[in-house]
Amino acid sequence: MARHQAIRNLDYEAELEDEYGPFSDEEEELSPEDQVRMTEGTAQVLEALGVEAHKVTKEQIEDSLYYYFFDVDKTITYLISKYIDPPKKPAKAAPPKVAPKQDVATAGKKSANAQQNKKGSSSADGVTNQVNQLKIDDTPLPKSRNLNVLSEFEKTKGKKTASFVVVGHVDAGKSTMMGRLLLDLNVVDQRTVDKLRKEAEKIGKTSFALAWVLDQRHEERSRGVTIDIATNRFETDTTSFTILDAPGHRDFIPNMIAGASQADFAILVIDASTGAFESGLKGQTREHSLLIRSMGVSRIIVAVNKLDTVNWSQERFDEIKHQVAGFLTATGFQPKNIAFVPVSGLHGDNLVRKTTDPAASWYTGNTLVEELEASEPSARALAKPLRMTISEVMRTPQSPISITGRIDAGSLQMGDALLVQPSGEKAYVKSLQVDDGEPADWAVAGQNVILHLSNIDAIHVRVGDIVCDPAKPIQCVDTFTLKALAFDILMPMQVDVHRGRLHAAGKIEAIDAILDKVTGKVIKKKPMIVKPGTVSRVRVTLHSKVPLEAGQRVVLRSGGQTVAAGLLE
Amino acid sequence: MRFTNPKHSLSTVDPSGETSVSLLPTTPEDMWHAHNLIGESDLLRAHAIRKVVTTSSTGSTTSDRVHTDLTIRVQSVFFDPAASSLHVSGTVCQENQYVSLGQHHTLDLELNRPFSLWKRSGWDSVALKMLEEAVAEDTGEAMCAVVMQEGLANICLITDFQTVVKQRVESNIPKKRAGGSASQGGMTSFYEKTLATLLRTVDFTAPRPLLLCSPGFVAQDFRAYMQSEGQKRTDKRLQRIARDAVVVHSSTGYVHSLNEILKSPEVQATMRDKRFTGETSLMDQLYERLRKDDGRAWYGAKPVERAVKEGAVGRGGGVLLINNKFFRSLDIKTRKRFVALVDKVKEDGGEARVLSSDHESGQRLDALGGIAAILTYPIFDLDEDEVEEGDDGEEGGEAAEEGAMII
Repeated sequence: MARHQAIRNLDYEAELEDEYGPFSDEEEELSPEDQVRMTEGTAQVLEALGVEAHKVTKEQIEDSLYYYFFDVDKTITYLISKYIDPPKKPAKAAPPKVAPKQDVATAGKKSANAQQNKKGSSSADGVTNQVNQLKIDDTPLPKSRNLNVLSEFEKTKGKKTASFVVVGHVDAGKSTMMGRLLLDLNVVDQRTVDKLRKEAEKIGKTSFALAWVLDQRHEERSRGVTIDIATNRFETDTTSFTILDAPGHRDFIPNMIAGASQADFAILVIDASTGAFESGLKGQTREHSLLIRSMGVSRIIVAVNKLDTVNWSQERFDEIKHQVAGFLTATGFQPKNIAFVPVSGLHGDNLVRKTTDPAASWYTGNTLVEELEASEPSARALAKPLRMTISEVMRTPQSPISITGRIDAGSLQMGDALLVQPSGEKAYVKSLQVDDGEPADWAVAGQNVILHLSNIDAIHVRVGDIVCDPAKPIQCVDTFTLKALAFDILMPMQVDVHRGRLHAAGKIEAIDAILDKVTGKVIKKKPMIVKPGTVSRVRVTLHSKVPLEAGQRVVLRSGGQTVAAGLLE
Repeated sequence: MRFTNPKHSLSTVDPSGETSVSLLPTTPEDMWHAHNLIGESDLLRAHAIRKVVTTSSTGSTTSDRVHTDLTIRVQSVFFDPAASSLHVSGTVCQENQYVSLGQHHTLDLELNRPFSLWKRSGWDSVALKMLEEAVAEDTGEAMCAVVMQEGLANICLITDFQTVVKQRVESNIPKKRAGGSASQGGMTSFYEKTLATLLRTVDFTAPRPLLLCSPGFVAQDFRAYMQSEGQKRTDKRLQRIARDAVVVHSSTGYVHSLNEILKSPEVQATMRDKRFTGETSLMDQLYERLRKDDGRAWYGAKPVERAVKEGAVGRGGGVLLINNKFFRSLDIKTRKRFVALVDKVKEDGGEARVLSSDHESGQRLDALGGIAAILTYPIFDLDEDEVEEGDDGEEGGEAAEEGAMII
């Protein structure tokens, strides 16, 4: 085409000028989409910077945004490091233990963040928090005061602490009874209960109003069942009690096991109305008592509930007492550790105050609370290495990782280093709260604590994990030997292993021997099956590694039934 | 799976193993069948891609990937159930222009490419049975089951021969606290995660039965969630799936609860003619007899072998149950022994069932050692060894108070 007239006479200057305008203009102008992104990006950066925003000009923000292709996070990081808070090289090099000196050294510098706080807790200001998180976390580790926790505990011997678990067949009245107890002890006020009653009426479950004090989940309220353990606390003159309200349904037994493992003693609730006791016996009343005994709880208070429906008949009470005492002693409870109290959970008779109903005047024993006070909690393993089971993981204002649980053995204090198994990650205790939520410096075995951790990532911490002393850690195993009491026929089969909050799938690899119940001598080696009621040594393998130690109590379940429970060897 | 040559069939297979059998896998499950058929020191011929390094006269090397057919003597077999892929490694025993004798190669069996198999010790009865199952007609879509509990969901596909766990979903659900507010968020995000994973890993374009199993109310709530999501997104397919899903009760969210689920009436009604219902009921029978301890049920290689030798597993209810995993991993001598067991039982008039070890019933049998038998008449003391139980002195246990147990 080069010979064509138009081509040969082409005026290049004119052509080019029309299509491409002067370059200087183009450079400065952004396309409409880019402009939108620029304004959005600027707004996000300003929001994130918050208080610090006055230190950077809009132009600087726009330049950085353009440079980083509108990546807001990178822009913020760049702006902070350049304009707001240039990194302090000398301060970073100082080791964490020198925290107080660091205070003095950097006092003169800009301290827009709470980094200099000796206790190391982040600032309460949420926005500043975000800014802090974007930097490299050089918050000094909490300093341990190296208290002798045991001597501190001796000095401040306050009230005894005890936890008890409430178990029984479904619909026996466990949650209602506990709700009533809390109401009578003024832990919960009448106004709250009235409010709950109004809400319950709306969905037609008026009688559940008291139970709703403990059943707080949406599914629990709409269905009228307890699904998971509910904890609550109350104090008497001598003791500070923690209630663990367990579910009664078969499907939720793993949750009930989790509760029983945290308890010192148990309240078994029995429904005395005609027919209900008998069906309960076939159901969870028996299974729960077996499990309680297997978890090592030795004291049990039997609350015979709903006696007002049978007019406080002493005959009925005696009949129930006789039968239950029979199978409890067969299970292994000692008669002096069993107590029977006739109660009415709905009306509150014999819970806190003695009953005023004339039909019940034949009962002259203790009320439920008096029985609880008379119970001695088992000795705490204070001197043993620290072991704590995590029953909950959550985010709080104090820390992105906070864990709740009961200290099974040992003690800890603020600033301590901890090891979380099975992940094997280390963490530090930033701060801790005991029981009611009061901040404290130390805690000992038997107390339910909330620990706020630092220096650990959320994926390494899960419910059921064990927190231990890094010097004496708990081992993670996937095979173990168990001295087990069989409740059902045992043979090599797939089982679920439960230890407190920890549930894992595994199988019985082999049955090593059948042992004598009392002496422990080997009766038969390598049997084909184990009959219920006999003790045997079994080898169990799990699908994954789980922190377990000798001396811990484990429950084996299969097909919705508890098949065995025993001690780890 | 089918024979490459349509004129071939089961009857044309030479039991001595002199001639090869040429098969064409068509579905992913055929890889599992191939896994059962290919054993150690068999000869396998299949298509392979081999990297060949040629050195030119100047010394520079060039590597090419060439397509050839290779014949190898099998040394080991690896099967990946999630991906349904089979890798067979061994030494080359037939040279060609690219490979020399004795070089190692790993064959990756591919769908729709034929392979030929020469069995070292011929096609015995067990192998012929497996071949028969392999070339049988496909019995429809695999069933999908989601076994869940709070915070955990296992998405599985149940075919005639395998139970494959496709994916596991785990989520941390925040628990209730004293004085706290009821939070629904945890469960809803868990359902969201599970639904997304389910739609991603399982192909629902062809209708297939979906089972939702859990203890408590999790499965019901998940189904309700699926229905509401289907309406929200106006996704017809999701609505259909949610409507046809069946909720079954199970005791846990772990995969081994599947054996309870497969026994449940809802599943029995829809899956009556499937293979695994028969296997599940056989295992139940075995368990029942074991519990009764009447001497008519035994598990473990030694007791079962003794029983069969005596002829106790024969006409009138004798059943021998063996896992096919047993046959896969055995060396030739032991395999011959167990094939002989199977043949003897068949001779005696009893039933010999080879259970798929990848199914739940097979898993239960696996736990017992992989082999068990129901006898026609009771025999006791089959597990009694020559050595009587020794006295473990250190088993003393603590001196207990009167009546108190050691636990």
